Amino acid sequence: MVQSTTPTLTLKDYKSEVKPTWCPGCGDFGVLNATLRSMAALKLPVDQTVVVSGIGCSSRFPHFIRTFGFHSVHGRALPVAQGLKMARPDLTVIAVGGDGDFFSIGVGHLVHAALRNIDITAIVMDNETYGLTKGQTSPTSPHGHKTKSSPYGLLASQFNPVATALSLNVSFVARGYSARPKELAALIEQATLHRGFSFVHVLSPCPTFYNTFDAWDAAVAPLPEEHDPSNRLKALGYALDSEKQYIGLFYREERPTMESVAREVVAPREFRIEEYIQRYA
Amino acid sequence: MENEVTIRIGGESGEGTISGGDILALASARWGYHVFTFRTFPAEILGGPCLFQVRISDRPVKSMGDYADVLICLNKEAYDRNIGDLRRGGVLVYDPGDFTPESDDFITYAVPFNELARKEVQLFQTKNMVMLGAIAGLFGPPLEALLQVVESRLSKSRKANPILMEKNRLALDVAYRYVREKIEKRDPYQLGPVEKADRVVLNGNQAVVAGALAAGCGFFAGYPITPASDIMEALAKELPQVGGAFLQAEDEMAALAAVLGASFGGVRAMTATSGPGFSLMTELIGLASMAELPAVIVDAQRAGPSTGMPTKMEQADLSFALYGGHGDTPRLIVAPANVADCYTLMGLAFNMADRYQMPVIFLTDQSLTARVESVDRSVFQPFTIEGRLEYGKAASNGANGANGASSNGKHEAAAALAASFARYAYTASGISPMTVPGPGAIPYSATGLEHDEHGHPDYEPEDHTAMMQKRFRKLETAAQELPQPEPYGDSNAEIGLIGWGSTEGAIQEAVDRARAKGYKVASLHLRILSPLPDRALRNFISSVKTVIVPECNYSGQLANLLGARYGLQPIRVNKFGGIPFTAGEILRAIEEVC
Ligand SMILES: Cc1ncc(C[n+]2csc(CCOP(=O)(O)OP(=O)(O)O)c2C)c(N)n1
Ligand code: SF4
Ligand SMILES: [Mg+2]
Repeated sequence: MVQSTTPTLTLKDYKSEVKPTWCPGCGDFGVLNATLRSMAALKLPVDQTVVVSGIGCSSRFPHFIRTFGFHSVHGRALPVAQGLKMARPDLTVIAVGGDGDFFSIGVGHLVHAALRNIDITAIVMDNETYGLTKGQTSPTSPHGHKTKSSPYGLLASQFNPVATALSLNVSFVARGYSARPKELAALIEQATLHRGFSFVHVLSPCPTFYNTFDAWDAAVAPLPEEHDPSNRLKALGYALDSEKQYIGLFYREERPTMESVAREVVAPREFRIEEYIQRYA
Repeated sequence: MENEVTIRIGGESGEGTISGGDILALASARWGYHVFTFRTFPAEILGGPCLFQVRISDRPVKSMGDYADVLICLNKEAYDRNIGDLRRGGVLVYDPGDFTPESDDFITYAVPFNELARKEVQLFQTKNMVMLGAIAGLFGPPLEALLQVVESRLSKSRKANPILMEKNRLALDVAYRYVREKIEKRDPYQLGPVEKADRVVLNGNQAVVAGALAAGCGFFAGYPITPASDIMEALAKELPQVGGAFLQAEDEMAALAAVLGASFGGVRAMTATSGPGFSLMTELIGLASMAELPAVIVDAQRAGPSTGMPTKMEQADLSFALYGGHGDTPRLIVAPANVADCYTLMGLAFNMADRYQMPVIFLTDQSLTARVESVDRSVFQPFTIEGRLEYGKAASNGANGANGASSNGKHEAAAALAASFARYAYTASGISPMTVPGPGAIPYSATGLEHDEHGHPDYEPEDHTAMMQKRFRKLETAAQELPQPEPYGDSNAEIGLIGWGSTEGAIQEAVDRARAKGYKVASLHLRILSPLPDRALRNFISSVKTVIVPECNYSGQLANLLGARYGLQPIRVNKFGGIPFTAGEILRAIEEVC
C-alpha cells in the first residue's frame, strides 16, 4: 500500500464522474460508499491504486471510482489483480465482484489466491443471485430457492464463502453488510492495510431480484467481542452458524506475500543478451 | 568425400537417443559445421520409440533433409520404423546382437553397441556414448569434439562424478577404436575439418526465451503444456534475475488474465501455451483487444484437434489465431520461420504489442520449439525497445522491472493534462495515448464493455461504430508500418510458393533444387499474418502464373485466407501427419505443376 504525500481526504475526491447504474436501493451503493470512505481514510493515491473487477452489476464498481480501474471479464478479477500486483508490487490493488464472479465461474482462482497470499484485497458483493442476468440462482442461493433457472427449487446446497475462505487459510477473512457501511468501511480499511490476500465477504442485497434486506437485518450480528482473530477454528465455528450471519473480522494472520518473496530469491541485475547467449556457444 | 551428412538415430526413449543426438549436433556445430535437427518424442515419459535426426553440413542448412544418409539403429524396432527413410545406398549401422538386416540396398556396418557397453565399458548406460564413439570413428566429428561436449555437460549435471566421466570417455574410445579396426569404410560420408565460425547452438524455445528477455519482458504467467513448457520453465528461472516476475497460473484463463493485469501496470508481459490452452485464452484475447492492452501470447502449435498429438507438429491454429473469439477482434499475428526468427521476432512482437496496444499471437510449432540450429551469433543483437505511447510523455523505454513510475512535474500542468485526457481518443492512426499507474499518472478504467473515448461504458450506435473503426484502424496503421517480405528465388518466376511458419527452409530448399533443374520458381514467406503484407502479396501473386501453398494442416488455412482476401485459388499442398515437410516433398509438388 502506498500513502500519498498530497492528501486527498474526502469521499468525494474518490468518486468518479460516472453515475452508478444500479437500481435504486441496490446494496452495492453501500459497498461503494464504504469503499470510497476507506480510501479517503487511508489517503490512497488515485494514481497508484487499481480497482479490478469481473462482470456483473457489482463489477461495474471501477467506473464509479476515480482511481485506476480494470473492468475485466466474468470471473477473472482475481488473476488480473494478482498479475498486476506481482508485476507492480508498489501499487494498491483491490479486486471486486459478485458471488457469481468469485464463487461460480471464477471460484478456482479463489483457491490459488489463498495459496499464494499475494497482497491484494478482494471485496465480494454477495446478493445470493445473478443480478445482471436477472435473478438466476448463484452458488450462494439457499437450497430450495425458486428462480427462473430453478423453477422446482434449487437442488444444490448453499456455498459458504467465509467458511471456505477460512478452510483455504486465507490470511485475512472478514464479513460486512452493505446496510452497515461504517463498519464495512472499517473492515475494508483493515483489509487494505493487511499485507497478504484479504477477503471481505459483503452481504449486499439485490432488491430487484432477491430482496434479502429483511432476512439479513434479522440475521446479521457482530462477532462476539471476545473473538480472537488468530483463532481459525473458532472463526470457522462462527462462519458455520446456521442462524446468524456474523460480521466483523473472522481471522487474520501475517504471512510472507508471494510478490515480495519472489523478488528476494535472487539479486536482479541488468540483462545483457551478449552475456546471456554465451550459454549456447 | 562429402562434407555433409544427415544422421538419424533410432532408439527407445530412455536409452539416451535424444541426449546422444544433442551431443552429436552440438559437437559438430562447435567444430564449425552448420546443424539442423529434427526429433520425435514418444507420448510417454519413459519408453516408446523415438528418433533424432541431425543434418550436418559445411554450408547453411535449411531443412532436415529428405532422407537419412546414415541410420543408426539401437534396436530392431528402430530398424523397422526408420529403414524406409534411409537413402538408397545410405549407411545402416546396427547391432548384430539385435538383428541382421535383410536388404542389400544399403551399406551395412555391424557395431555391437550392447556388448561393447556391457563387456568393455562394464556400464550399460554408456550405450549412447558407444554409439557416439562409433559415429566419430565412421563419419566424424572428431572424438575430441564429442568429448568436450560430454565433459562440459556432465560437469554441469547433478550426476557429475569422476567415475562416470571416466566410463564415458572409455565408451567413446572403445567404440571409436572398434570401428577403426574392425570396419572397412565403404561410404562417402566423412566430415573433414572446416573453418570455425562464431555461432551459437540452440532450439526455437530457447531463442524465444532469449528474445523475450532481450525485449524487456518483465512478467510471465503460464500453465504447463507440451511443447511450450520449456519457455515457462526458463523464464521462471531467468525473470527474477532481471527484476521481473513469474507466476505459474492455475489455468490458461488465469495466465492470460494475469498477463493483462501486469500489462495494465505498464510491464511488458507474455504467456506461452499450446492448442488446448490457447483455446481457453480466447475470451481474454478479446478483452486485450477491446481494452487495448499489449500482450504477447506464444502458441506453440501441436497437432489437434482437442488433445491431439502433443508431441507432434502441425500448423493448424492459424484460422483460430486469426478469427478465434466472438465479435470482430483486431489482433496481430507473427510466425517465426526458424530459430533466428524466434529471437528477432520476439523483439518485434513486443514492440508491436506496445505500439498498437493489441494482443500479439506468436505462432510457433512443435517442430520449431525443439529444432536445434546453429545460428550466427551476430543475430543476437540487443533490441531497440519502442515502448507505448504514454499520455503526457514521449514513448517510454520498456525495462524488465516495473517501469510505471512516471513522475509528471508540476501540479497545474498535470491538472490541465488530466482534464484533456481521453484514454481511447479517436486518432488518425487509431493509436490513443495511454497512462500507466504511478505517481502523477492520470487514472482511467479499462473495460471489455464498449466505451466512449474516456473509457466509460457506452452503447450508442455511433460510438460503437466509431470505436470499432478506431480499433481496426490500428491494423491499417500496422500494415503501413510493418516490414514487407521479399520474394526468394527466380525474379521471373512462373510458379510461386507462399508459405508461413516453420516450413520456410524446406520451401526455399525446394525452390533451389527446382531452379537447378531449370524451373522458374520463387517463394514468398509470411512472417506477419495479421495484418497481411498486402503489397508484397499482391505483387507476388500477380507476378506468377501458378501459386502453390504448402501447409502442415488439413484444411489449407493460409490458402483459405488468401482465397478470401485475394480471390486466389492456389494449388494446396497439405501435410498433416504430425511431421514437417521435407524439401523433396515440396519439390515433387512443384514438378507436378510443371
Ligand atoms: C463467460 C460469461 N458467461 C456468462 C456471462 C453472463 N453473466 C454476466 S454477469 C453474470 C452473473 C452475475 O452475477 P454476480 O457475479 O453474482 O454479479 P451481480 O450481478 O449479482 O452483482 C453472468 C452469468 C458473461 N458475461 N460471461
Ligand atoms: S439487479 Fe440487483 S444487483 Fe443489479 S443493480 Fe439492480 S438491485 Fe443491484
Ligand atoms: Mg450476485
